[in-house]
Formats: sequence, C-alpha cells, structure tokens
Amino acid sequence: MMLELAADQGVSIADSNLDDSPLAIRGLTVSYGQKPAVFSVDMTVQPGGMTAIIGPNGAGKSTLLKAALGILSPLSGQVTVYGKPLEQQRARIAYVPQRASVDWDFPTRVIDVALMGLSRQLGLLGRIRVRHMSRAMDCLNRVGMRDFADRQIGQLSGGQQQRVFLARALAQEADLYLLDEPFAGVDAATEKAIIAVLKSLKEAGKTVVVVHHDLATVTDYFDHVFLINTRKVAEGTVAEAFTAETLQSAYGGRLATAQIDQISRALG
Amino acid sequence: MNGEEFVPLSLTPLLIGIFAAVACALPGNFLVLRKQALIGDAISHVVLPGIVVAFLLTGAISTWPMMLGAAGAAIVAVVMIEAIRRLGQIEPGAAMGVVFTTMFAGGVLLLEQTDTSTVHLDVEHALYGNLESLIWLDAVGWSSLLELTALAGLPPELPRIALTLVGVILFIWLFWRPLKISTFDEGFARTIGIRTGALGMALVIVAAISAVAAFDAVGSIIVIAMFICPPAAARMMTNRLETQITWSVIFASVSAISGYVLAGYGPLWVGGADAVSAAGMIATMSGLILACAALWGPCRTRAGAPQAT
Amino acid sequence: MLWDALSLQLGYNATLVAIGATLLGVSAGVTGTFLFLRKRALVSDAISHATLPGVCLAFMALVAFGGDGRNLIGLLAGSAISAWIGLLCMNWLTRRTRLAEDAAIGAVLSVFFGFGIVLLTVIQTMGVGRQAGLEGFLLGSTAGMLWADALIIAIGGAATLVLVMIIRRPMTMVAFDPEYAAARGLPVHRIDLAMMGLVMAVTVVGLKIVGLILIVALLIIPPVTARFWTDRSDRVVLLAGLTGGLAGYLGAALSASAPNLPTGPIIVLVSFGFFALSLLFAPVRGVLAAVLQHLKFQRRVHIRQGLLALAQGQKIYEPLTLRLLKRAGLARADGVATEAGKARAAKALRDEKRWEFVRADQAHEATAALYDGLRDIETVLTRDQIAEIDRLIGGPQEIRP
Repeated sequence: MMLELAADQGVSIADSNLDDSPLAIRGLTVSYGQKPAVFSVDMTVQPGGMTAIIGPNGAGKSTLLKAALGILSPLSGQVTVYGKPLEQQRARIAYVPQRASVDWDFPTRVIDVALMGLSRQLGLLGRIRVRHMSRAMDCLNRVGMRDFADRQIGQLSGGQQQRVFLARALAQEADLYLLDEPFAGVDAATEKAIIAVLKSLKEAGKTVVVVHHDLATVTDYFDHVFLINTRKVAEGTVAEAFTAETLQSAYGGRLATAQIDQISRALG
Repeated sequence: MNGEEFVPLSLTPLLIGIFAAVACALPGNFLVLRKQALIGDAISHVVLPGIVVAFLLTGAISTWPMMLGAAGAAIVAVVMIEAIRRLGQIEPGAAMGVVFTTMFAGGVLLLEQTDTSTVHLDVEHALYGNLESLIWLDAVGWSSLLELTALAGLPPELPRIALTLVGVILFIWLFWRPLKISTFDEGFARTIGIRTGALGMALVIVAAISAVAAFDAVGSIIVIAMFICPPAAARMMTNRLETQITWSVIFASVSAISGYVLAGYGPLWVGGADAVSAAGMIATMSGLILACAALWGPCRTRAGAPQAT
Repeated sequence: MLWDALSLQLGYNATLVAIGATLLGVSAGVTGTFLFLRKRALVSDAISHATLPGVCLAFMALVAFGGDGRNLIGLLAGSAISAWIGLLCMNWLTRRTRLAEDAAIGAVLSVFFGFGIVLLTVIQTMGVGRQAGLEGFLLGSTAGMLWADALIIAIGGAATLVLVMIIRRPMTMVAFDPEYAAARGLPVHRIDLAMMGLVMAVTVVGLKIVGLILIVALLIIPPVTARFWTDRSDRVVLLAGLTGGLAGYLGAALSASAPNLPTGPIIVLVSFGFFALSLLFAPVRGVLAAVLQHLKFQRRVHIRQGLLALAQGQKIYEPLTLRLLKRAGLARADGVATEAGKARAAKALRDEKRWEFVRADQAHEATAALYDGLRDIETVLTRDQIAEIDRLIGGPQEIRP
C-alpha cells in the first residue's frame, strides 16, 4: 500500500488541476544547515476544502508552510498559487502564524491587530474609515472577540490571542487560508470557535490548509490530509490517505501501536 | 531672562538639543521594540572612524564630507554586523561588540597617526559634542527671528538637524503601517508582501542618519541615550504604539530642555562658577525620567496574562 | 625594533605594559567566554561605561580629603562601585520592568556615561590641575605607567583568573543551560552576578591600559574567535585565554615599537586580526569551509531530487538540477536520462523505498531518525539488513536500469 503511494508521487504532476490549484508545490527542499527539514516535496491542495498537514514533531510541517509562503527561502523547488507565482497572488492568501512566533508584549490593541489584515487595501497612507473599522469589528465578532477590541494584546489568554490572529486573517478576505498549528495550546472553547469559523469559510467556497498535530480530530475536521515526514508520505482525501498504514509510515516507531489501533477504529 | 540674552545664547543650542533628541527618539521607538536598541550604541561608536576617514580623504574639516563619512561608516558597520552574524552564526550582541569596538579602535589609531592637532577634531569632542558653543551671535533679541541678515548667521547645525528631523518624521509617517506590522509580526508582514529585510535596513539607515546629524551637534553619548531612554520610558507609560511615540517625543524634549538648563544654570544655583557638559546632563536627565517611569509608570511591567498551555 | 619589543628589550616601561597587557588579555578572554556563551556579551559594554562616574567621584573624594587624586587603587575602587551600581540597575530594569535586556544595557551605559561626563566637566572647573589623567581612562594611556600601577594590574588580572578557574564549572552549566542548572539546584541568579562581578573586575583592571570604551573588545572578540575552532566549552575558554593573551602581548609590543601607536586600539586591532582569520579560514565553522560545504550540499540535494524525478519519469523543472545532472553525465540537455543516469536513478528510487520501509518499521526507529533524504542507506544498515529489506519489498522489478 505505502509502496504504491510512493510510486504514485509522479501522478499528481500530471493532474489537470495543477494549473488552478490554490497551492501547488513542486520539488520543494528546505534545509536548516546541512539537514533538510523538507525534502523534495510535491503538494497539490484541492480547492474548496479543508486540508490538514500532519506528521510527527520535527517532520517539517511548519517549514513546508513557511516556505510555501516565501517566509523561508527553499534550497530548490517551485510554488504556485492559483497557477501563478506567489508574488502575484499575495492578495489571495491569508496566513495565521503560530501564536508563539510573535512578542505579545507589543504595544497595540486587539482591534489594531484585526486592522492589520486590511493593510493591503489601506495601502501606505490610506485612512481607516468607518467601513474598515466595521469590517474589522465584524471579523472580531466572528471569532467571539468583539468585546475585547480595546484590550491590550498582552492581556489576552492564549486562546484569545489565537482568535485575534484568525480575525486578522478573516479581514484579509482571501481565497486561501493557511494556518500554522492554530489549535496548539488553546482551550476547548477556542478550538470549537475556530473550527466553526473554518467550516464557514469552507462553505463559502474558500480553501483552508491547517498544520495540525492532533490525530484524533482529523476525521472530524478535515476533508483532505497531507502526511509528511521530511518527505511526502501520503496525500488525498481523509478516507484514502489517513489510514493505519500511512500513519505507520509517517510516524514510524514514534506512534504507539495502540494509538494507531484507536485511530483505525475511529476511522471505522 | 530677556530675549536679548536668551535668543543669541540659549535659543539655538536648546532647539538643536530638542531636535537632535527627537530625531533619535523617533526611530529609537522601533529599535527598542525590535530588540535592536544597541544598534544605536554601535552606530554612535563608529561615527568617529567615519569622520576621521573623511578628514583624511578630503584633508579639511568640512561638514558634508564628514557627515557622509560618518553615515558611510554606520552603513559599513551595520553590513559587517549582519555579515558576521550570518556567516559566522554568532549572536547579534557579540557580532555588534566585535564590529564597533574594532572600528572605534581603528578610528582612534588613525587619529593618533595623523596630525590633527591644528584642527578641532578629537575624541572628547566626538564623545560629548559642544552644544554650548552653537550660539547665534547675529541675534539681538526675538526680533532677529524675522531678520534675514540675522537668520543667515544661524549656526549651520540648526538647519541641518531640523532637516534631518523632518526627514525622520516623513519616513515614519510614510512607512508607519509596514513598520508597525513588521515589528509586531515579521512572518505575517512577509506574507502580505512587505519587504521586511529592506524595511529593517531602511530603519537602521534612518537611525544612522539621525545619529550622525545629532552627533555633529551634541556628541555620541546623548545620541545613545536618546535612542533608548525616551522610548523605553514611553513604553512604560502606555500600551499603544501611537501614544508611546507621543510620550517619547515629550520625554526627549523634556530631557533636552531640562538638561540644557541644568547644565548651564545648575552650577550657579549651587554656588559653582562654570557650566557643566550639556550633553552629559541631557543624558542624565533622560536617565532620571526613565527611572521615574520604571518606578511609577502605569504600564511598567509585562501584562502577565494567563497563558493557556 | 619590533623584535626588541617582542623580546621585551625595549625598556622598563614597555616591558611592564607588555606583561600587564598579556595578563589582562588572558583574564579578559577567559572571563568573556562565559559572558559570550551566556549570550550576554554586550552586558560588558554597560559595565565598562558605568565605571566613569565612579572614577570621577573617587577623584573628587580623594582631592577633597587632601590626597592625590590620581591614586590608582582609589580610582579603581570607585570605578568598581559605580560599575556594580550600574549592573544592579540593569538587572533591576530587566527583572522588574518590561524592558528587554538590550534596552536596559543601552540605558545604563548611556546614562552612567553621560553622568560621568558631567562629573568630568565639574572636575575640570574645580581647578585642581592635572585632571587630564582622568581622560586617559576613556581610551587608556600606558605612557608613564608606574611600577605600582603595573603591579596592581598584574595582581588584579591574576586574581581574576584564579577566581574564574574556581567557579568555572557552575558558570559553564549556567551559560549552557540555565534551566537545567536551576533544576540541579544551582543558584543561577547568584552565579550570574558572580560572572558579572568578574567581568567588572576585568574591566576595572583594564581601565588603565585599554580604557573603558575598548575593554569591551577584549571581553568579546577572543571568545568569538575561539568559538570558531571548537565546539567544546572548556576548549573555548582555553583558546579565548590564549588569543586574548597573545593579542595583549603582541599589541603592547607593537605599540611600543613605534610612536603614535596607542596601546589600547592596537591590542583591539590585533585581536580583530585573529578574529578575521578565524572567521574566514577556520575549518567547519569558517566562512570558506561553510560556503564550500553549502555548495556541495546544494549539489547533492539537486542531484538526488533530479535522480528521483528521472526514476519516476517526471519532468525536471529546476534549471539548476538539469544543469548539474548534465554535468555529471546523468542526463541529456533535453532532460532525458543517459544510461548511467538511468542506473543511478533506479538505485535512488530503490533506496528511497528501502528507507520508506525502514522508517515505517518500529524495529528501525533509531535508524529512521537519521533519514534526511540524502543519506545513503548503506551507511546506516548492514548488507544483510538491506538484503532482508529487499526480500520483503520484493525484487528490483520496478524500473530496469
């Protein structure tokens, strides 16, 4: 099974949807020093669904996402967004970084962070008008943070900070949403709120890609999975690619057999 | 004090002091938030070699070549720090320490090697400037502000630092949004197409230009103090960047005014005869303001929100 | 002339300075290493600038009590006290307020130095005369150094060195991993303060020779230089002491060999010379070695990726990949594999499958962790193990070379 998957790797290239796939990655290798964190990975994100990028710790999940966004520069490989180079398609992408990647002590308020999502529309000197303000408030409302608009961001809990980041991405009105570990270290209520927002994005025809670490929720939340462990292990719908075999292949010895059994049972 | 005495003797040094302090404090806000506060320290140390090299190349003490030399040295230093940090994989603090001490040592050596005894170029001047001497002899009172002939006799440092201040304000006004976003969240800034590397470099260059212009008038100590103390004190007064900038401008101006006045008149009040270094006093006052903000500022400690993990 | 200086035959004063500078270089290099490993190199900048008000106040006190204002012990004691106060201010700012360490360093160094300058001008107006000696503390001045001064510097340097050697183990642990050290019950905060105390001692001792602005260089440059040559902390300490001492000795000798060569700056520049050589030419961590390694590494990545693409009949998009394959004789200009290329590609694909098997098998967990897309499987498994995997995968039937 897994051998076939590996041999399949060439097939996606010939796929007709390469041209307009929301995110297509070809032969991407990213390396920190002399050890590739991501090696020769191809990825084709299906439009209009929710895709989880999963794999063990240190498997290159976040690295893949950051390289796809041009935050890290790859050693080799190409990235296209809706069939065009990334630089031409910035306006169609919204990115939610890991919560821990910024200094929350920065002197700013929740509403200001949400407004950052509108900065492409506002340009360098555009004035913030009532419609921008109400758009930002709307986005905060969708993640349940409207009442916190005037709070200093350092005063928020981890879950609230994550929601503010999501609100900023919503304000960008993008077609493709990329989220890096949005559920890491957040409370249950936040996780529910975030997943509800992501599902509503999907219903509106947007494409959502999430770096995810909780195998137990994959089948509930996502349509597609992308398994990575330095190399691509499997890619496809949850039913096709999220199986005991692919997980064994991605996690190897690092996933206890009991866990795999549990997941296989959950998969039915 | 009346205008006849104040305008020629104190107005111009005061204005130069205020403009220099504000021109440094403005970019200092971003440097402090980006944890690059010590770039100001590094820049101010390498100004000396820049000036010496400019003097050696042109053979004369003229302002523009020296300003260019100093700005060039600042840029060389920043590039070297970045190169050493990346190529040698060395933490930024150590890389800075290597570069600015070496360049400063080079400057001192060059100075010793050349005969600059006839010209007014020495290490002490570079360190504390001579704010007190920037007087406006052509002025006779407030009315001189309207006389073209008198205005022509203004010390050239004044228009220069004023122009620099305008440039700094323009830069920050124009790039306010990208500066704010990339300081807060660099990864996000890149995804919306902000060229964070170029912007960071531009910020450092602007800081270098204000350091050089201010240094020319007031020496390198108050340059470092103004880069760091007013913004650091302002950070402890508020949790909003816009308000922080305002506070930092207020603090910078207050330090400049109080420092200048205390240096000039303080010794007289306690029975002394001569004034003390105005630049040193301005730095001291900014330190006192910072101490007050650190003791009583409403936002002096980290927010300490519960972190759900 | 230079030889005379190097062999300490340039007279009494020059010899004194050379010995003092060597001892200072060794103790600064050794002490600075712990600061550098703790990633707090620029703390030394704050400490050294904070000595100035102390020097001035000590001078004023000495004069007020009718003593000689230039008594070195008195001045050094004053500088130590004010440096210590500066250090405490800095610690307080970083621990009790929201300021980061870099802002605290900058604030302390500029404010203390500014205040010191104010005091210097006060002294100038006191009309005590001979105050010019104090300015020597900014950049150091070794001309007219007295035997007693040299003795103080030598004893101070040696004492610092002994202290460092005594507490080097706890300092190394704290510098390497403060949290682990705290978990082991070490008083991290106190050890940090002790480290700073030693830095302060070096600074104070070095004031006379290199001055307070340049002493920072002796604390930072030798450790950074040493770090290029080794990954072991005890060797970094040793090498930093060695290069520091050598720079001190060579610098002092050079400066004595010709006029207009101030000791402090020359020592710093010699020290930087060692640094620049190491930055460029050190094996492994040097720039030259790193660039060569990176190019080689990039080539390996591209060739491997290209081979896998060839094996799976995919088009090669990257021009660099194609060029490298062509140059190695593995592919033609149009991207079609040569015979050699086909064989190598088949091998690469087969290895990839073997790896896949290894990584999915719990029995091979330790081996699997070594996978990075490039490592040859033969380097981690025995011939028998590979044969066993091949048997399980099935014969080499996928792609004929």
